[in-house]
Amino acid sequence: MSEALTAALALLVGLDAKLIEIVLLSLRVSVSAVAIAALVGLPLGAAIAVGRFPGRQTVIVLLNALMGLPPVVVGLLVYLLLSRAGPLGALGILFTPSAMVVAQAILILPIIAALSRQAIEDAWREYEEQLRSLGAGRVNAALTLLWDTRFSLLTTILAGFGRAAAEVGAVMIVGGNIDGVTRVMTTTIALETSKGDLPLALGLGMILIAIVIAVNAAAYLTKELAQRRYG
Amino acid sequence: MGLIRRLLLSVAVLAALPSLAQERFIVVASTTSTEQSGLFGHILPVFQKKTGIQVRVVALGTGQALDLARRGDADVVFVHARSAEEKFLAEGHGVRRFDVMYNDFVLIGPRADPAKVSGGGDILDALKKIKAAGAPFVSRGDKSGTHIAELDLWKLAGIDIAKDKGPWYRDTGQGMGPALNTAAAMNAYILADRGTWISFKNRGELAIVVEGDKRLFNQYGVMLVNPAKHPNVKKDLGQAFVDWVISTEGQKTIAEYKIGGEQLFFPNAK
Amino acid sequence: MSKTSILPLRLAEVSFAAGGRTIIDRVSLEIETGPSTIILGANGAGKSVLMRLMHGLLEPSAGHIEWNASERPGTPRKQAMVFQRPVMLRRSAYANVAYALKVAGIREPRRGALVRESLESVGLSHLARRSARVLSGGEQQRLALARAWALHPEVLFLDEPTASLDPSATREIESVIKAFDAAGTKVVMATHNLGQARRLGDEILFLDRGRLVERAPVEEFFAKPRSAQADAFIRGELPWA
Repeated sequence: MSEALTAALALLVGLDAKLIEIVLLSLRVSVSAVAIAALVGLPLGAAIAVGRFPGRQTVIVLLNALMGLPPVVVGLLVYLLLSRAGPLGALGILFTPSAMVVAQAILILPIIAALSRQAIEDAWREYEEQLRSLGAGRVNAALTLLWDTRFSLLTTILAGFGRAAAEVGAVMIVGGNIDGVTRVMTTTIALETSKGDLPLALGLGMILIAIVIAVNAAAYLTKELAQRRYG
Repeated sequence: MGLIRRLLLSVAVLAALPSLAQERFIVVASTTSTEQSGLFGHILPVFQKKTGIQVRVVALGTGQALDLARRGDADVVFVHARSAEEKFLAEGHGVRRFDVMYNDFVLIGPRADPAKVSGGGDILDALKKIKAAGAPFVSRGDKSGTHIAELDLWKLAGIDIAKDKGPWYRDTGQGMGPALNTAAAMNAYILADRGTWISFKNRGELAIVVEGDKRLFNQYGVMLVNPAKHPNVKKDLGQAFVDWVISTEGQKTIAEYKIGGEQLFFPNAK
Repeated sequence: MSKTSILPLRLAEVSFAAGGRTIIDRVSLEIETGPSTIILGANGAGKSVLMRLMHGLLEPSAGHIEWNASERPGTPRKQAMVFQRPVMLRRSAYANVAYALKVAGIREPRRGALVRESLESVGLSHLARRSARVLSGGEQQRLALARAWALHPEVLFLDEPTASLDPSATREIESVIKAFDAAGTKVVMATHNLGQARRLGDEILFLDRGRLVERAPVEEFFAKPRSAQADAFIRGELPWA
């Protein structure tokens, strides 16, 4: 174990080219996925938070439940969609990073929508009377609250990114873990571990943990600074 | 709603990421044991240098690899389970099957050797002894070529393993590497392909106990996925790969692949 | 800009019930331009609910509420409300007032001028760039007044605006309200504070358990209350039902 650790550190310090390639791809995929999920999920969460429509409670319960979507299940469903035999096969993006982005975006969309819905609904409770008094309609109110809760929403986005960066089930299935093309940190760790070849796996594991810690620290600091500055 | 959302996502993603379609590449469905042996890392760069075609290997169990190709998601299959490959051909999913190379399986076991099979040259005899001793045995259980080979060997030994297995028989449903990890942790016997075994680092108390029996030989075949059935298959690029792999040059490159000075794969294209 | 005043406001047999309880019980009244109106009553009398019914935040369960002219949606509002606890966005004081004008569709450069004027009128110009939510309670309430007044509404509703403030902040708020009253805005304010009612009000509407029990000019109300409940309230002896 200690030789594996030493070898892992050597890879990290030496900035091994393969390692860097894998880390960059992981970041590219997860950042793209979170960007798409935020673009769709934040307005969706806001709309549900301030909206009034039949079945609203059911939608909220469903959204919260979907936060726990197992990554492998998402991977399987997206694979069936993108497979040549499936409805979107003609897009030809199976086994490419694009498919991985799609799968991860679907995986974290409920997280971002559900958590932003909660944050904005809490804010709506505080602001509703005042905003209505000023004459703001529901759409205006939703947009105003999206900006006003921006720090909570940033934390939500970081949570989504953390989930995406750490998952292996979805990207393994739709990416195929192809060497040099769709191999990311998590799938490489899975592969190298299964080969009994630990240095690369450990090195990537350390980077992954460092990223998760950094993301959580950023979320915490954001909240703190926002509270102090804006109240 | 889910489908429309996914459609939008696909379109957005396509717009966002650089298009990879410009590169010349093919998708080859193969097995985890082949990939983990490192063979592809050795032969594919040679092929790419010669033809400019990038080969993207999706490594799964044999059954899954063939199923992948049945859905049209691969251009070429490169697996090692003759009966499954013939069935694949008969269904019309493949164009033609070519022998490529063979490697062999080895029986791995703990140094303590409770079933007393070490050093033997008869695999069927060894399996009978293991069952009689009730010694722990790890099976891949994942429809892979190795798994199918293992099941065939039990049958040849006159044992109906599905009926006669006891708690000593651990059906794990895992790839070769994870199954070896499990066997090392349990000090169990396990059938493995030599290639994965040689690269496997986490051996614990395990070592080769039986090898060399002709029945342990593992034949690889390559097939172009049938473009008549799956129009999206990259016919020319895929055929180029098939042709190269069975060509003198391809065969030589396969033979040149060694781990620790040992040749793993023996080319036998006709 | 329509020249028709939205006043008078007429309430006809308005009731409001929630959770099985009747909170406002068949109230009929008219709010006219001119004198500042104080809605007086004990806690739980229904003052806040009545204010919200008049401002349009609540729909009556029965009865009719009608303004003289309806406000067209998308045009600047002619009535505004200040709540007991000020609710500020996570922005600067300036931006909070500007927000109200943006919602009303007022554009630059007129918007900036109105914001500066409003902040000036409540004495908060020096805090314009400060984050609104870190201001003191009194400063936030003054900001709420500035925001409500920025559009120069015809009617300004105030729901117990100083109930959460200390005496000096209360004095500041009262002086701003008096200034708005003097400038011609119709002030309708709910309070349970007798002294405040006397200082700021021209007429008193006395509410007891959801019913409008008495209505009189301020001096007359305090000197010679006509109802037993008003009398008891003034003497600090209102029996709790």
